[in-house]
Amino acid sequence: MTTSTPAAPPLTAPTSDGRVRLAAEGLRLAYDDRVVVDGLDLTLTDGSFTAIVGPNGCGKSTLLRALGRLMRPAAGQVLLDGRAIQKTPTRDVARVLGLLPQTPIAPAGLTVADLVTRGRHPHQSWLRQWSAEDEAVVAEALTWTDMTDLADRPVDELSGGQRQRAWISMALAQGTDLILLDEPTTYLDLSHQIDVLELVARLHAERGRTVVVVLHDLNLAARYAHRLVAMRDGVLVASGTPHEVLTEQLLADVFDLEARVVPDPVAGTPMVVPVRRLHR
Amino acid sequence: MSVPSVTRAPAATPGTPVRPQRTARTRRRVLGLVALLVLVVVACAASVAIGTRPLGLGTVWTALTDRSLRTEEAVIIWDLRVPRTALGLMVGASLGVAGALMQGHTRNPLGDPGLLGVTAGASFAVVLAIALLGVTTPSGYVWFAFAGALAGTVAVYVLGAAGRGGATPVTLALAGSTLSALLYALVRAVLVSDTDSLDAFRFWVVGALAGRGADIAWQVLPFIVAGLVLALLNAPALDLLGMGEDVARGLGQRVWLARTVGLVAITLLAGAATAACGPIAFLGLVVPHAVRTFTGPAHRWLVPCSALAGAVLLLTADVVGRVIARPGEVQVGIVLALLGGPFFIALVRRRKTTTL
Amino acid sequence: MTATADTIRETVPPEPGGRPAGRAVALRIGPASARFRWRSVVVPVVALVVVVLLGAVALGRGDYPIGVTDVLRTLAGAGEQSQRFIVLELRAPRVVVGVLVGLALGVAGALFQTFARNPLASPDILGITSGASVGAVVAIVVSGTSSAGAVLGGLGVPLAALAGALGAGLLLFLLAFRSGVDGYRLVLVGVAVSSIALAVVDWLLTRAAIYDAAAAYVWIVGSLNARTWDQAVPLALALAVLVPLALAAGRVLGVLQFGDDTARGLGVRLSAAQAAVVLVAVVLVAAAVSAAGPITFVALVVPQIAVRLAGGSRPPLLASGLIGAALVVVADLLTRTVLPQALPVGILTATVGAPYLLWLLVRGRRTTA
Repeated sequence: MTTSTPAAPPLTAPTSDGRVRLAAEGLRLAYDDRVVVDGLDLTLTDGSFTAIVGPNGCGKSTLLRALGRLMRPAAGQVLLDGRAIQKTPTRDVARVLGLLPQTPIAPAGLTVADLVTRGRHPHQSWLRQWSAEDEAVVAEALTWTDMTDLADRPVDELSGGQRQRAWISMALAQGTDLILLDEPTTYLDLSHQIDVLELVARLHAERGRTVVVVLHDLNLAARYAHRLVAMRDGVLVASGTPHEVLTEQLLADVFDLEARVVPDPVAGTPMVVPVRRLHR
Repeated sequence: MSVPSVTRAPAATPGTPVRPQRTARTRRRVLGLVALLVLVVVACAASVAIGTRPLGLGTVWTALTDRSLRTEEAVIIWDLRVPRTALGLMVGASLGVAGALMQGHTRNPLGDPGLLGVTAGASFAVVLAIALLGVTTPSGYVWFAFAGALAGTVAVYVLGAAGRGGATPVTLALAGSTLSALLYALVRAVLVSDTDSLDAFRFWVVGALAGRGADIAWQVLPFIVAGLVLALLNAPALDLLGMGEDVARGLGQRVWLARTVGLVAITLLAGAATAACGPIAFLGLVVPHAVRTFTGPAHRWLVPCSALAGAVLLLTADVVGRVIARPGEVQVGIVLALLGGPFFIALVRRRKTTTL
Repeated sequence: MTATADTIRETVPPEPGGRPAGRAVALRIGPASARFRWRSVVVPVVALVVVVLLGAVALGRGDYPIGVTDVLRTLAGAGEQSQRFIVLELRAPRVVVGVLVGLALGVAGALFQTFARNPLASPDILGITSGASVGAVVAIVVSGTSSAGAVLGGLGVPLAALAGALGAGLLLFLLAFRSGVDGYRLVLVGVAVSSIALAVVDWLLTRAAIYDAAAAYVWIVGSLNARTWDQAVPLALALAVLVPLALAAGRVLGVLQFGDDTARGLGVRLSAAQAAVVLVAVVLVAAAVSAAGPITFVALVVPQIAVRLAGGSRPPLLASGLIGAALVVVADLLTRTVLPQALPVGILTATVGAPYLLWLLVRGRRTTA
């Protein structure tokens, strides 16, 4: 297993100016006494599109929670634009960084429009409850995610794919440069997975958002993300472009998987064709 | 690296979506609010006019507008009916709002302020006041009941939050019901062995507006006002918490702050209401369920509407209690349970309302 | 489903239990086979031993103390005439009623809590014991003044209470039934039924003469004073039928716990199974309450204690029943020995059980979280 993380210089997306937006330094994350992530360093630059991959239970969702200040590190820190995220007022963070948990819940009867509207919370105050800008941003977010026609439907009556679009619409309305998504394609069929990831890719390409996404599907991660971060047992194992990370050796090391890696016939990105599970 | 994109064309130009249903919902909320305001006025009028001695609305109006009048009717109105109505308004609003907050914070449709140990704490303190200090008047009970309610809630919260996991809705509910059972057991221990205490306590525990003068209303008013203000401040945060703590935090909400404000508001409102009238079950449970049918899950609407609906329900129940057992009256707490119980069951049996 | 449902539904399995009960062991004798966990066997056995020992101690204690060995000899048929009378006629019914009531309440509580997937779903909260209180208080308070009261008064307090409990239970079942009994709806309807019944009781107490009110209040608290074989025998017969039924229903419960769709998928006839569970639990509570009054808290606390001791994902039925029996006997023993003044047992069950549950709650959070 190649556990030499700090040595590999973090790669940046082509569109980036290289400025570090989000960084983890010597991060240790633990639930009570159980340490999930230990001694992890990671930098995410402006305009990058990063996918965190790894086997179940490797700590990738935990890492994402910590990056989104949902979890207080046991040691080390997360820096947002150079400031310790835990020491930054949470509302200030919310204007810069948006996040979508794995299976977000909506109260029964809450409509899509209401949901997207709540994304404006960080920009509102008691004096300024519903500005013209809020109105415009929400309308635009609904339009952009193609949810306008469903705006009055209760979220709990939508299909899985539509629901995910609604939540992404909310994240868009929040108007943050950085967006963290935890497995946004869970429980979706393949065409809706593509649909959601297209939307995320457009957030990055058209709206210039810096995106960090935890993904299970390696082929989709390789196709959409510009940078892959592979984790195993709470440790960052590899980081780089999909071509650099998705090697047959790494698949064996990280996923215990014997596989061929071939070029994706559509996008030219690496594509994993599993052979069998390796037992060690 | 190229990302293959099948970018879809925007469905409409920004800013122009027409949302007829959304305005329909807003209209329904506004209509509901207006209807509740009208009902509050009607209930107040009925509460002042109807009683052991029925008074015409004309008499009521004259007595209310001309304070120089010292007729027997005017005395009844100013010394008995008006304080009673004012107290009913305050207590009903408090319990309705406390219930809405409780259900919002626990995301549990059974959320009732009684679960937090408010009622049990107040009952215990009142029993001690009766048995040890010989207090036997409603105005004498107020501060004991209030102190007991506060202590009960704090104890439940401390127990429910003990340990690193912190207070979850489940541990709070278990701690609340357990501590309540313990306190009630102590209450019973006193009452079983002391008939005089039982004789006083049995009239407090039913929950009544009768016999409460203006002094009690003034005593609890500051706490109720403070509780209502905190509740209104808490409403937007509750909307965010409804989407889960992670999303709420992601949108910049300080969760602990919202929880603390909510708990303080619930304690002030339910504690003051119990202190003034004795335990009034059920109002805090039923009102938010009923109101949610037209406001939906938005707490900015739910909280104020619950205040109005709570006031209407309490005053109506009080008036009904004065009418059904003439010349005596049935205490408001009992009428509420008898009216509210079937209503709540009907509500529960309509499938959609069983969830929040 | 929505968030609310989840917070309630999840409560029983992950929250109190959360602890693995050790590895399952398979036992096969000829064609019969069973799978069980050691802790789920050890806990009921220990509880049974405790109940027997406590029972023997309880039979010996009182104004005329008798040693445990003499008690056991008397039970075996030997012993002096006077001791036989004291033990078998005066004290045994009280102890037997206590054991049976605790057993019934513990089993019923475990049934309700598992069925509703909510640790708050005890017969007290569901209104069944409140219904019994209505019957009893009407019989005590109104018997002289109205015809309905006269009828109930003629039945005697235990039968009036039984009628009240069964009435409330039936009402609860009918109102909660709507193409199957949703556990969630059951709890909500139960809260309403309970509130109505308690309001009626409170109201009756304010209308009664204070002597009647005091007598009614003692009954409401739940007491084992002056029980005879007249209460013990019918209760024992009822439980002889009901407890095996409950244990049979318990096998279905484990499947019902997964939710309706999964249960159907596993081949359970849903409505019938639900109806069986609820009705058995209602009748168990009614039988217990008519014998000793609504001894509160046993049905709420005992299943929670049992699941924490025995492990597993839901309150074990038999262990709940036996721990319930132990709790009631201990509480009754304490009222008769430690306290300066004899209080009804219903007060002690809460004062003994509540701190223990609170301690388990606090400690449980610390170690498992």
